[in-house]
Amino acid sequence: MSKVRKLEDTVAMIPDGAVLMIGGFMGVGTPPHLIDELLRQNKRGLTVIANDTARPAVGIGRLIAAKAVRKVIASHIGTNPETQRQMIAGETEVELVPQGTLAERVRAGGFGLGGVLTPTGVGTVVEDGKQRIELDGTVYLLEKALKADFALIAAKRADYLGNLEYALTARNFNPLMAMAAGTVIAEAEDIVPVGVIPPDSVVTPNVLVDCLVAKEHRHG
Amino acid sequence: MDEKTLIAKRVALELRPGNLVNLGIGLPTMVASHLPAGVNVFFQSENGIVGMAPVPEPGAENEDLSDAGGSPIGAVPGAASFDSAMSFGLIRGGHLDVTVLGGLQIDEEGRLANWMVPGKMVPGMGGAMDLVSGAKRVIVAMQHSAKGTPKIVKRCELPLTSVRRVDLIVTELAVIEPTDKGLVLREVAPGVTVADVLAQTGAELIVPSAVPTMPVAA
Repeated sequence: MSKVRKLEDTVAMIPDGAVLMIGGFMGVGTPPHLIDELLRQNKRGLTVIANDTARPAVGIGRLIAAKAVRKVIASHIGTNPETQRQMIAGETEVELVPQGTLAERVRAGGFGLGGVLTPTGVGTVVEDGKQRIELDGTVYLLEKALKADFALIAAKRADYLGNLEYALTARNFNPLMAMAAGTVIAEAEDIVPVGVIPPDSVVTPNVLVDCLVAKEHRHG
Repeated sequence: MDEKTLIAKRVALELRPGNLVNLGIGLPTMVASHLPAGVNVFFQSENGIVGMAPVPEPGAENEDLSDAGGSPIGAVPGAASFDSAMSFGLIRGGHLDVTVLGGLQIDEEGRLANWMVPGKMVPGMGGAMDLVSGAKRVIVAMQHSAKGTPKIVKRCELPLTSVRRVDLIVTELAVIEPTDKGLVLREVAPGVTVADVLAQTGAELIVPSAVPTMPVAA
């Protein structure tokens, strides 16, 4: 019944070329051991959907530095000169998406919606190639849903069934991504017995989580 | 007082008690340090918190609590944290009273460009497009010129952040309000003349018969 798996076995499920959603914002709320293991197993050709690529030595930035990534879909790469260099050199494809639009595209993917209508980006380069829809006098862009093969999630606390709780700003994209991927791998700082996390405190229900790895401690 | 402090102090006068406010990275962040006495506002950080505050003391950093630049922050009593969809729901849904952002260029229609310089700097828009599209009030806090080149121009050459007209522009020389009729010069900085402002502005300014001095204490 426990979903706790060995780190190396869990990451071995991810093939080269997989599409990954990775939680986190400038590395805060990015699962560190899952990133370590992707690097150790020398994954290649990944597509990464994430808010940002952090800094070269931090979180997702380490995957960029190791040339593990073929394509990035993110809202911001300004703090990582290596991502910008790879984009300009044509080594890595980068799709820049307004942050709120990225959150909604991921949410739509997980919630069974084809996309969302947003006013953000109307009349800017973000509109290029997209459908413009006018509803009740307001112009929106149709932004399509995003899905992934795997979501790599960081949580503060999990129980052995996979119920997840998050901490402060480390929550960010994690609960949205946990809805939007075929296989969800969660790395939790603590793993506690079932029942310890009250139902009202669960943000990501256990049915969404396929595998758990522990960052620090396992209790019980 | 240096130019950036002057800008931050003037912008701070625009905030009202109880406002939900989002400050951009850099100069706009300085506004938080210059709130007038008695004006309590909540600051949002778009990575998922309302009620951000400075780190209370060295050593009190929390690895799960950072601002949108990834730097450690604190939180006021009564703060709330949430996911990115909620955070941008606050921004886009009309719940954010004021956003203060930096600028690279602003044109005569009050349209802002602040997210990329093609061929030179492509950081990505982050939350800027949502903030400008969605906030109730958009204030641009920036230096009037970049190395002698006016940043307020007839038409932006740089890619726009939004086609929405911003509400106020505050620089070290002036306060300018974009309106239906064009850019109106509302105030000049202490010791600055209307002619000084016109000389450093690349767009037409509407100059009312009386232009008061910024009400900023030294």
